[in-house]
Amino acid sequence: MILIVAEHAGGQLAKSTLEMVTAARESGREGPVTVLVLGQNVAEVANAAAAFADQVLVADLPGLATYNAEVWAAATAQIAQEGEAHTVIIGGSRSGREYAPRVAVKLDAPYLEDAIALKANGNALQAQRYTYLARVTETVEAEAPVIVVTVKPGSFAPAAAAAAGEQYDVELDLPAPRIEVTGRSLEKSSRVALTEADVIVTGGRGVGSPENFATYVEGLADRLGAGVGATRAVVDAGWRPYAEQVGQTGKTVQPKAYVALGVSGAVQHLSGMGKSKYIVAINKDAEAPIFKVADYGIVGDVNQIVPALIEAARK
Amino acid sequence: MKILTLVRQVPDAEARVKINAQQVDLEGATLVIDGMDEYGVEEALRLREGGANVEEIVALAVGPKRVEDALRTALAMGVDRAIHVETDEKLDPIALSGIVAQVAQAEGAGLVLVGGQEADWDSQALGAATAERLGWPQLTWTNELKVEGDTLTGRHDVDDGNESFRASLPAVVTTQQGLNEPRYPTLPNIMKAKRKELRKDDLATYGAQPRVRVVNSEIQTRARLNRMIDGKDPQAAAQQLLELLRNEAKVIA
Repeated sequence: MILIVAEHAGGQLAKSTLEMVTAARESGREGPVTVLVLGQNVAEVANAAAAFADQVLVADLPGLATYNAEVWAAATAQIAQEGEAHTVIIGGSRSGREYAPRVAVKLDAPYLEDAIALKANGNALQAQRYTYLARVTETVEAEAPVIVVTVKPGSFAPAAAAAAGEQYDVELDLPAPRIEVTGRSLEKSSRVALTEADVIVTGGRGVGSPENFATYVEGLADRLGAGVGATRAVVDAGWRPYAEQVGQTGKTVQPKAYVALGVSGAVQHLSGMGKSKYIVAINKDAEAPIFKVADYGIVGDVNQIVPALIEAARK
Repeated sequence: MKILTLVRQVPDAEARVKINAQQVDLEGATLVIDGMDEYGVEEALRLREGGANVEEIVALAVGPKRVEDALRTALAMGVDRAIHVETDEKLDPIALSGIVAQVAQAEGAGLVLVGGQEADWDSQALGAATAERLGWPQLTWTNELKVEGDTLTGRHDVDDGNESFRASLPAVVTTQQGLNEPRYPTLPNIMKAKRKELRKDDLATYGAQPRVRVVNSEIQTRARLNRMIDGKDPQAAAQQLLELLRNEAKVIA
């Protein structure tokens, strides 16, 4: 069987889970598509998943109330072994890529990380992935009785509801978490999530100040119904929360339009947004590397161009 | 406590990437310590300087002969000695973690520091896989770290923000930008580093086998329109940009 570990938050099945179902079905690997739901009070998530999968395994346990890499890895590996899964698919989120390697080691399995395409090749499984700061697309292959894969969010179309999968409760032998979380700072944005936005407006240091960021970047984003992004420099300077960061150490995004305001275009940033369909750059430095990847570029001061844009977009 | 810090060598971020015979070709490229690993080296030094009970700091690298340069840099930054497992074999992170875990055990390390994401293979797997092999907890994407006795506290990034944590050593910590600002090796330290131990190990000792094969590599650059709009008249430029986005790209309503 193909085992998918569901991603969910706040009682909602995440879109990434439906993307993993598509990856499983497109892969050409045989066997029932099985979704494993780990958590506590996850009946609704399991019901939602049942509409997309051949079967749903539900581990509704107090020990799974909050995510922990060691616990998630132990749970996934146990189910993979008991169910004789030949393919284990995990989301390519920060947490998914944190515990998936542990699952691979537990199962003595090869690990195909952050796949953007997945295809069976005889008994082997081939995956495509981006490397070298997203400048290279590599095809990698592994062959083994069981293979662990993480799927890059946004790379597969979400599956449409098709099945009426049976649900089964599963028992697990869970380790005690060894990391104590002593504080949590969650960054919530009222705007559209970056990984789901069609349009993203991102500000860099060239915007000038946190106040300008609010006026120009947020102002334009509101006008265009867009998500708000920030560069590493802006986040490091404390102007914006980490949740808005786009780039190698932040989020990878692929909107229809990416509007970069005062962004110079360091390769680490480009690796996070370079796959956007259209890139717009506004920067007063004509030599900024961002212009090399831009579809539309304006050399000019953000403080002058953006108010005009907001005004023009109003019409 | 002994600290083991892993050092990888990657092309400089600004270096041009070439493909030869369907594989990335690093011939002639400027190679540097992976920045993410450099934060690990720096953090090990700062833990010792900050008064944590650090007996020794050992840097480990696995790779071809040229990787010595990255280890020399770590030695010049201040690590005490280095181990180089010399091989031309391309080992995936899961295979590589087998070597890191064996060295950590042989050295009796209590803390392993590894970069959070590899700048070349874009992998985040090495730290987690190493932790699993050692049976240790892992803290990933760490941007603040303190060690007092056997207690590790700090802060790290998670899916939707960040968390403060407490854990006990031994542990694996993956490092990232923001944790510290790595120092530049000074000339006297570069000279001193030449006399420090750089032990060569044979890959065969560790029995590591690659599990993933690279079939093909391609540079896929999307052709961009590169259309420049004159910004001298902000109103006209804004108007023109919106028209292009609406009517040509059709990405906004």
